[in-house]
Amino acid sequence: MRVAIIGVGCTEFGELWDKSFRSIFLNAGLSALEDAEIRGKEVEAIYIGNMSGGKFIDQEHIAALIVDHAGLAEFGIPAIRIENADASGGSAFRQAYMAVASGIHEIVIAAGIEKVTDANDPMEILSTAVDQEWEKFVGANLPAIYAIIARLHMHRFGTNEEDLAMIAVKNHRNAVHNPKAQFRKEINLEDVMRSSYIAEPLKVLDCAPLCDGASAVILANEEVAKKICDTPIYIEACTQASDYFSIQNRKDITTLQAVVIASKEAYKIAGVEAKNVDVAEVHDSFTISELLAYEDLGFAKKGEGKKLIREGETEIGGKIPVNTSGGLKACGHAVGATGIRQIVDLVIQLRGEAGKRQVNAERALALNLGGSGATAVVSILSR
Amino acid sequence: MVPRFWRKIKYRYEILTSFCENCGNHYYPQREICPKCRREGVLKEEKVCDYGKVLSYTVVNGRTIALVEFDNGAKMLAEVCGKVEIGKKVRKAFRKYGEDGDFGIIYYGTKFIPIEEQN
Repeated sequence: MRVAIIGVGCTEFGELWDKSFRSIFLNAGLSALEDAEIRGKEVEAIYIGNMSGGKFIDQEHIAALIVDHAGLAEFGIPAIRIENADASGGSAFRQAYMAVASGIHEIVIAAGIEKVTDANDPMEILSTAVDQEWEKFVGANLPAIYAIIARLHMHRFGTNEEDLAMIAVKNHRNAVHNPKAQFRKEINLEDVMRSSYIAEPLKVLDCAPLCDGASAVILANEEVAKKICDTPIYIEACTQASDYFSIQNRKDITTLQAVVIASKEAYKIAGVEAKNVDVAEVHDSFTISELLAYEDLGFAKKGEGKKLIREGETEIGGKIPVNTSGGLKACGHAVGATGIRQIVDLVIQLRGEAGKRQVNAERALALNLGGSGATAVVSILSR
Repeated sequence: MVPRFWRKIKYRYEILTSFCENCGNHYYPQREICPKCRREGVLKEEKVCDYGKVLSYTVVNGRTIALVEFDNGAKMLAEVCGKVEIGKKVRKAFRKYGEDGDFGIIYYGTKFIPIEEQN
């Protein structure tokens, strides 16, 4: 059964000091319901991506908590939290998609939420996404692992620190026109190059900042969607793949194999090729992850991702605009909310509602990663 | 956290790979099932020679962390004491990684030391 997105909602991303976990979620959920012009009780199930309520705010069992706070306990709507590190949002989206595609549910919500600013050291918590016993123990946190990947990519293919810096500059430039982004501020190449190293060769401005945020999308089967929505956006494919958990076990650490597998499968299901994608939101938790995405999604050959950024092909107006929202780098990375936020931004693009960020697009792709890429979720959407 | 460290001590103090007699692959850290052969695999613990070379590395929180590759193809993440570059040869060393406060256990493990090539 074909599945459509009939409503989207997203909070501002950032340090939302005066808002609680539950109130952030409510804000995103209500905006999505308003956008879909439904009341709420039509929803048959809720899938919530959240990496670590337990570690960030000491709260588990968050799905039922959210249902209650959203006033939906009255209807007994079933809800489940889905955890796949920072691919939690994308994974929740896929579960929601499958629930409707299978015919079990007609209307569901896929949402993502993270409240990181109540915790002392959010990056340490995000780093629980890597192997605690064989990576973290020796001092390799998440930035360190991407840095090791970046160093080998540079050594092998001639990618340099400026190439990575240009990705950060592009994403900040795009975020200026995104009202939900955490950093609506341009930065220049020198700002990035002069920022201090977090994990060599990655610098502060190569890393996406962790922030608070929530996002929600409402899915319905085609029949229902056509009845209640003027601008349904269809899900052509939503795939997921896994890779060896630690880089120690990957044959080639400069390729995220889960991205290769998930995207090939998605292209096959949608009956398209990489060149048919008009706009993409990819998981730039670090600038190197966006560069790897260019190659592993098939936008460029292995080792040639740098050409796309050098030649401006991934800018708005280029051949394949990437992260027109500002990406994780400038929107902020609200961990479990990010995968859904990407879908929200692509729906806005496909509906033609992106304002100054608008590109001409029929087909869009989202890539959401967990940790250092052991989980990848790829979604292809179309008008 | 004590038992979590304690039960891995053998593998932290020595570099032991799992060698699959069926497919000939080496894995680090040790595995309970061969990912290539699964139930047809026959895994045996094997001690790796104490030398490897740096495949890639970073400096984070003032420490150098490298992905070290051994001759048998297995790779290991570990701290390196000293300056390295890609391709640098290193040898195994028994070192302290951390401690659990003033009275808790001390976490020892394997680090590497760069070795200068003979001219």
